[in-house]
Amino acid sequence: MKNYDIVIIGGGPAGLSAAVAARKNGTESVLILERDDKLGGILNQCIHNGFGLHTFQEELTGPEYAGRFITQAEELRIEYKLHTMVMDISADEVVTAMNQEEGMFQIQAKAVILAMGCRERSRGALNIPGYRPAGIFSAGTAQRLVNIEGYLPGRKVVILGSGDIGLIMARRMTLEGADVQVVAELMPYSGGLKRNIVQCLDDFGIPLKLSHTVIDIKGKERVEGITLAEVNAEGRPIPGTEEEYECDTLLLSVGLIPENELSRGMGIEMNPVTSGPKVNESLETNIEGVFACGNVLHVHDLVDFVSEEAAMAGRNASLYVQNACRSQENTKNLTEKEIILFSEKGVRYTVPSVIRPDHMPEELTVRFRVGGVYKNCYISCYLDGERILHRKRPVVAPGEMEQIKLTREQIMKNLLLQKITLKIEEE
Amino acid sequence: MEIRNLTCIGCPMGCPLTVKLEDTEVISIEGNSCKRGAVYGKKEVTNPTRIVTTTVRVSGGTEPVVSVKTKEDIPKDKIFACVRAMKEITVPAPVHIGDVILRDVAHTGVDMIATKNVEI
Repeated sequence: MKNYDIVIIGGGPAGLSAAVAARKNGTESVLILERDDKLGGILNQCIHNGFGLHTFQEELTGPEYAGRFITQAEELRIEYKLHTMVMDISADEVVTAMNQEEGMFQIQAKAVILAMGCRERSRGALNIPGYRPAGIFSAGTAQRLVNIEGYLPGRKVVILGSGDIGLIMARRMTLEGADVQVVAELMPYSGGLKRNIVQCLDDFGIPLKLSHTVIDIKGKERVEGITLAEVNAEGRPIPGTEEEYECDTLLLSVGLIPENELSRGMGIEMNPVTSGPKVNESLETNIEGVFACGNVLHVHDLVDFVSEEAAMAGRNASLYVQNACRSQENTKNLTEKEIILFSEKGVRYTVPSVIRPDHMPEELTVRFRVGGVYKNCYISCYLDGERILHRKRPVVAPGEMEQIKLTREQIMKNLLLQKITLKIEEE
Repeated sequence: MEIRNLTCIGCPMGCPLTVKLEDTEVISIEGNSCKRGAVYGKKEVTNPTRIVTTTVRVSGGTEPVVSVKTKEDIPKDKIFACVRAMKEITVPAPVHIGDVILRDVAHTGVDMIATKNVEI
């Protein structure tokens, strides 16, 4: 069995950034395992621009953004294996993987960084009646077909779901000559960024129908049309509001799900809200030495924040390895104090969800999402009963990830601190 | 007088802007709740521009197409002309990030450059 200090599962933006940070922090033995035929992950098919404003202070396309990190990884001579599928990770950090050259093989890691990303919710999760004709694609599949393989998957298109990939594909398919008739969104607000609604729909006169969903798909061999209906506050179709659309293609952009089969298999404790691992301030899971970052941890809107988060996971994994594993066995130090972060009133979750004061960095970014659209509200943070943050916001929405910063000083001031609470307040 | 309704993209708020124009002169902007809204509204009605991204066929490469972008933003009404111009050409591999694929695309004075590496 081969040995590496840090094995990173996934060579997308999270894995690359984690690897670069771990190496820069002094860990020589780092290996990335990637199932695709190149590094960069899904960024390779995101050919639109708008990436990197935070990281590089310029607007890059997805492949360019990935290229910057791939260049860094290559300059640092970070090892990676492509075409390599990880089958299993054991609780004591033995990674079982396979590829065509080496067959099945095992690697003993001192630390593992989970960076597998996420996948798209599929038609099967939506309960739309009708046959199973050709012409129904997830928005990301269509994106791959158009941008990587050079195929146009259809000419008359309806898009269900106004997530960012759906919006981006509405523009992309239009530019490639397809007729994108409508984007329907079940919720009364879009899950996508405002900028994408303006530049991908408004620019091309594509209507966005909020509180609408597809209730029927017609066609047996190929999609021939769909029926759209308005939904009520409970999300149920309102009779009499049905509209027929003739189309040969239906794209689904109905949510992303962190890809955590490996994590569950090794016994990692999950957060049911994010469908990602529960992590502490070091982005470490309940299994010591196993860290998580990027979309496998919680789905992000901006890759810049994935890179930032993953760099933190990489640094922490490196520190962990250098401190030569805090305990002999892979058991938690049960006496160590943990402060729990509670999400209340409008806040759906926080990452991290627990802070160990002894490991608190000088400054910690806490990321979270809200559960609805709130106008003229305040983001508030309480340490036990004391409100330490009350930040006015004209609007917050589920489609845009929020963050606050906590400092070591704040956390250490009260030695008896039990809980940190984040909530949305009206005043 | 012309009235244009826009959505500001400055922040998630997405203020609905009403811009009043006399010929090409902006007379008033309403609906914005901050300065950025006014700046955006003015630019959007007087000189709207976009970075255009698309793909170009590659011959003899490891991938059938390479992604490209306009090196700078171009007038919004040139978007389709720009994409069409890229449909008409095929570039030989290898192609590298930053390589000029087509000069002065659609008479915009702006070059189209590769945003991906495609090797032989």
